[in-house]
Amino acid sequence: MSIQDRILAVVRSVAHKPVPADPEESLFDSGVLDSFALPDMVSALEKEFGIKVPDADLNPRKFDSISRISSYIEVHVP
Amino acid sequence: MAFLRAFGSYVPERVVANAELAERLGCDPGWILNVSGIAERRFAAPGESIVDMGVQAASDCLDRAGQDRAGLGCLILSSGSSERRFPGPAAETAARLGLAGVPALDLPMASAGSLFALAMAAQLSESCGPVLVVASEKMSAVIEGAPLDRNTAILFGDGAGACLVDPSAGAARVERWRLHSDGAFADNLRLEFGQALHMDGRTVILQASRKLPAAIQEVLQDASLAPAAVGAFLMHQANQNLIDKIARTLEVAPEKFFSNISRYGNTSSASMLIAAAEWSAQHGFRKGEAVIFGGFGAGFHWGSLLAIGS
Repeated sequence: MSIQDRILAVVRSVAHKPVPADPEESLFDSGVLDSFALPDMVSALEKEFGIKVPDADLNPRKFDSISRISSYIEVHVP
Repeated sequence: MAFLRAFGSYVPERVVANAELAERLGCDPGWILNVSGIAERRFAAPGESIVDMGVQAASDCLDRAGQDRAGLGCLILSSGSSERRFPGPAAETAARLGLAGVPALDLPMASAGSLFALAMAAQLSESCGPVLVVASEKMSAVIEGAPLDRNTAILFGDGAGACLVDPSAGAARVERWRLHSDGAFADNLRLEFGQALHMDGRTVILQASRKLPAAIQEVLQDASLAPAAVGAFLMHQANQNLIDKIARTLEVAPEKFFSNISRYGNTSSASMLIAAAEWSAQHGFRKGEAVIFGGFGAGFHWGSLLAIGS
């Protein structure tokens, strides 16, 4: 599976909702994620990719869309 | 060493149910309950001040403790909603309590203010004797002072809490604490003079969801205790969904997290002590029982404090 496919699987598992087809679309504005699902998604991403997101990177904008999550993961996955 | 002798609380009479706010905000009352766990909150009367509420909570605390006011060594008052730039409400609260001449410190810290004040009091009490901690907030003036914002107006209420910290005896011994601050997030939750409360809720919740359980784990690891060994968690009552999330992260039964947010909303720094006063009246400390206090708020400031029943 590609990184983006793995991210999609994580988001679906946390949100229990369909994910927008457009990877640029906001996961918040589209109603996929709310404030309380976001921490769960970050924790699930950490587990899936074996990374630790430092507190300084806990910025909702970094995780606002599949595209932005992919950018973050690609830089931080060992 | 320091001890928690007694708690006290005060909430104004006026009950503001979700239906009343929902009508003004054009939203559904059930939505407010769903996103916050809040069913109603209290609003102070128009002329009722932070000092007025603080005096009531402090008096309740001193009465419960049977503490002679002349024996107090210091008063610390936390409030993030002070009506004026200076002086803060501490000195006037002390004077109204008959404590003129006793040092009175203002801690202008919302939400986590009472937690920081407890830790300061535990340290100070060893040198100056019993310290009265008061937290008083009039958040209704904050949210009514600007056009209503549905993301913040639904959350807050008014009230005051208090705790007497004693250097020699009390219901629980203050065992240790861990406090943290990170001003990198100062803009994410702030109240400028004359402006509306600004809250980036997603960032606040994301950061609090990570930092608060970590601070609790820190203080418990310092004491070689597991979260499951804690008898009760007395937290800043920010949002029921956040409290539940912290319980899940720590793998602790949610029932161990005392909650009164459904009745009072988020009373900022007062909330933890109001919760402690109600918990103390209903349950009280048991000998050897570990109790965790915790808070997170604007700054960001956050931390936890461990007390052990005497």
